[in-house]
Amino acid sequence: MGGIHLLAGFDSFTLTWPYFFDQLVAGLTLGSLYALLALGYSMVYGILKLLNFAHGEVFMIGSYIGYFVLTALGGAASPDVPIVVLLLLMFAAGMLGSGLLGVAIERFAYRPLRSAPRIAPLISALGVSFFLQQLATLLFGSIPKQYNTFGLHNGSLFNRITLGNFQIQYMQLIVVVSAVVLMLALTQLVARTKVGRAMRATSFDLEAASMMGIDIDRVIMFTFFVGSALAGAGGVMNGLIFQNVNAYVGFNAGLKAFTAAVVGGIGSIKGAMFGGLTIGVAQAFATGYLSSAYQDVIVFALLVVILLMRPTGLFGTPALQKV
Amino acid sequence: MEAEAPGPQIGADEWVARSGERRQAGALGRARLWAERLPRPVLVAGAAAVVALVALVPVMTTDDYVLRVGVVSLIFALLALGLNVSVGFAGLLDLGYVAFYGFGAYGYAMLSSSKFGVHWALWESLPVILATSVLVGFLLALPSRRLVGDYLAIVTLFFGQIFYTIAVQGYRVPLIKIHGSHDITGGPNGIADVDDFHFFGVHLTTNKAYYWFSLAAVVLVFAALHFLNHSRTGRAWRAHRDDPLATQLMGMPVNWLKLLAIAVGASVGALAGTINAASLHGSFPDDYNTPVLITIYAMVILGGAGSLLGVVVGALTVNVLLEVLRTPDHARWILYIAILLALVAKVRPWRRLAAVLVATVAFGIALHAIVAAAWPRGVHGLVSISGTDFSKGGWLGWGLRHWLVLPGRTYEQGQYTWFNVALVALIGLVLALTMLRGWARWVVLVPTLWLAALVWETRLVEEGTGPTRFLLLGAILVVLMAARPQGLLGTQRVEIL
Repeated sequence: MGGIHLLAGFDSFTLTWPYFFDQLVAGLTLGSLYALLALGYSMVYGILKLLNFAHGEVFMIGSYIGYFVLTALGGAASPDVPIVVLLLLMFAAGMLGSGLLGVAIERFAYRPLRSAPRIAPLISALGVSFFLQQLATLLFGSIPKQYNTFGLHNGSLFNRITLGNFQIQYMQLIVVVSAVVLMLALTQLVARTKVGRAMRATSFDLEAASMMGIDIDRVIMFTFFVGSALAGAGGVMNGLIFQNVNAYVGFNAGLKAFTAAVVGGIGSIKGAMFGGLTIGVAQAFATGYLSSAYQDVIVFALLVVILLMRPTGLFGTPALQKV
Repeated sequence: MEAEAPGPQIGADEWVARSGERRQAGALGRARLWAERLPRPVLVAGAAAVVALVALVPVMTTDDYVLRVGVVSLIFALLALGLNVSVGFAGLLDLGYVAFYGFGAYGYAMLSSSKFGVHWALWESLPVILATSVLVGFLLALPSRRLVGDYLAIVTLFFGQIFYTIAVQGYRVPLIKIHGSHDITGGPNGIADVDDFHFFGVHLTTNKAYYWFSLAAVVLVFAALHFLNHSRTGRAWRAHRDDPLATQLMGMPVNWLKLLAIAVGASVGALAGTINAASLHGSFPDDYNTPVLITIYAMVILGGAGSLLGVVVGALTVNVLLEVLRTPDHARWILYIAILLALVAKVRPWRRLAAVLVATVAFGIALHAIVAAAWPRGVHGLVSISGTDFSKGGWLGWGLRHWLVLPGRTYEQGQYTWFNVALVALIGLVLALTMLRGWARWVVLVPTLWLAALVWETRLVEEGTGPTRFLLLGAILVVLMAARPQGLLGTQRVEIL
């Protein structure tokens, strides 16, 4: 795709409905991925008021775990187990591995800094992020690992379901549906269970919650586990759609998901989902109609505009600062 | 009247009450106190002597490589000074700083190269570049001025990424209503053929000249920031860093202070960028990407954010260390010296230190003997010396080969699996060490040291130019934040929440 697409660049092909829906579907797929990631950022921020820069790297490690499970089970071309089992195992392993990694990061990098000046855990997070990125380069090499999901079932997972102008690939459907299932599970977890109530209480007021007998360390650990597991699932999805993974995939996805969390209102679960979808669709339309090279610039412009108009994001409530 | 009970005063937080005591603790604290008691003229004379000594380096050596490392170190010192304004003075996490560095480099490359046929002299281009970077700094900080510091971090991080995107994609810029695209930044290849600095009939052509120019810039910026730090604005910045809300309540223009800190940092970064572009005769996007940002952060944090002398020392130390890492033969020594220093500093009494060292050596020899008996090929591996020659390694190499377990024909042929497992195990052991207390810690320390040497020799030394250096930088940030957040020369500070 050439660089020039502004005003003069539209041709008859890009101005059709099927093309529009293609972009929309691609955007929603990408958006559900960002939403999963953004949830982790948002939950951690809600409780610790910490921007977890290492979250994108957790996503990347989840993607690698998915790749290794896929390879261990015979690879995409000739898997040893049925596809459903294969996908479930990939998701389970990716989520578990990422979740444990998240817990370890919290335990060793953030917990010692809980009473330190606010800038300290941010710098520590930056260090963890960079450390994991370089560790992955060292361990897995700088050449991207190929998921090759196109080989699954002779590529039939990339066939399209057509409903009039609206088309969606099975793979995109799988990703969107599993993301929605995970998000519903999370909402239920937070709204209905005891540990969910503890999470909400901690997020509302950490000190008061600990005085009410809530074990703060356990709640924080659990939050990191759930958030990182969602990121791991996102990582596996990323591999399924884009078919490869490298050590730097987490940085960019993390940045977008971060933006999504801020746009939706950081700390809000509903906001993270909505923000993720918004950023995903915005990025897909920016790629499809304006310029693929400058899609990041367009998303950045969106972030700045939203921050100028609503500093707390779309669903965020202005925080009262008490002294 | 009763005698006042020893210990912290009533109403004062213990940490705050004891902060004076803590400052005097340790060798560094005593040195600082001693330096503070020196009369001012002595200090100025001492500083002048140090600068003169540094300025003499090009006279003492003719090695161009050493000079080049010197120039880069000084550029990094400049960058660390600039970042220190926003991070150290004002307490703002500016993650887009590297973009201003790139901005200066690209600005100079566009104004003084054959790219557009413009050849401005330095005194024409520098004011333009500095003024523009200050303006961009203002614009960047503007959307985040009303927000808590965290939002600034994300906006600036994204901004840095955008700068990189534009630099890489800038060779096909679409302009509305004009067909075709325009090459502005040279894309991934960057802009080559950039002029040397020339001003008022002076041409800087050699590394020696750039060395002196950068040194002069560092001294000037250092002095300017020193006075700025002790001015009204500097005090207001520090107040903002320690408690933004209280600062605002005292009637300080907090937003203006934030903008100013970012903009001052930006202009220093841009100055460093111009020097880099001119001394390299080119401006290339990968010099202005996230790894460089992390490097500058590691320098500032290691030296001590907020301390001007600290960040310069941090920048010089980190850059020289990273340079030494490039040669496996030299890099090998760094780890062993660092481990030895850390052990000597941390393990008391000396009997325990001796026991740990002896146990580590014995552990390796025993393991070597066991593996040699069970699987002779397991110890046939060689120690690499310079990336190509996997044979000797001198007496240190001989020692290592008889102490570590290096299976034959493995890493020479790129079969790293077991060493990767060792690397992950090493990380696990180090993390476990932080949790263990008492005798278990000393028992686990022994295999950890051995494993560290194994991983260093097999996996890390060879990649000293790539992942290893950045892996270490990331680790430095995490470890320092947990162990010594004020860095080497910074002062501990109190944050009241």
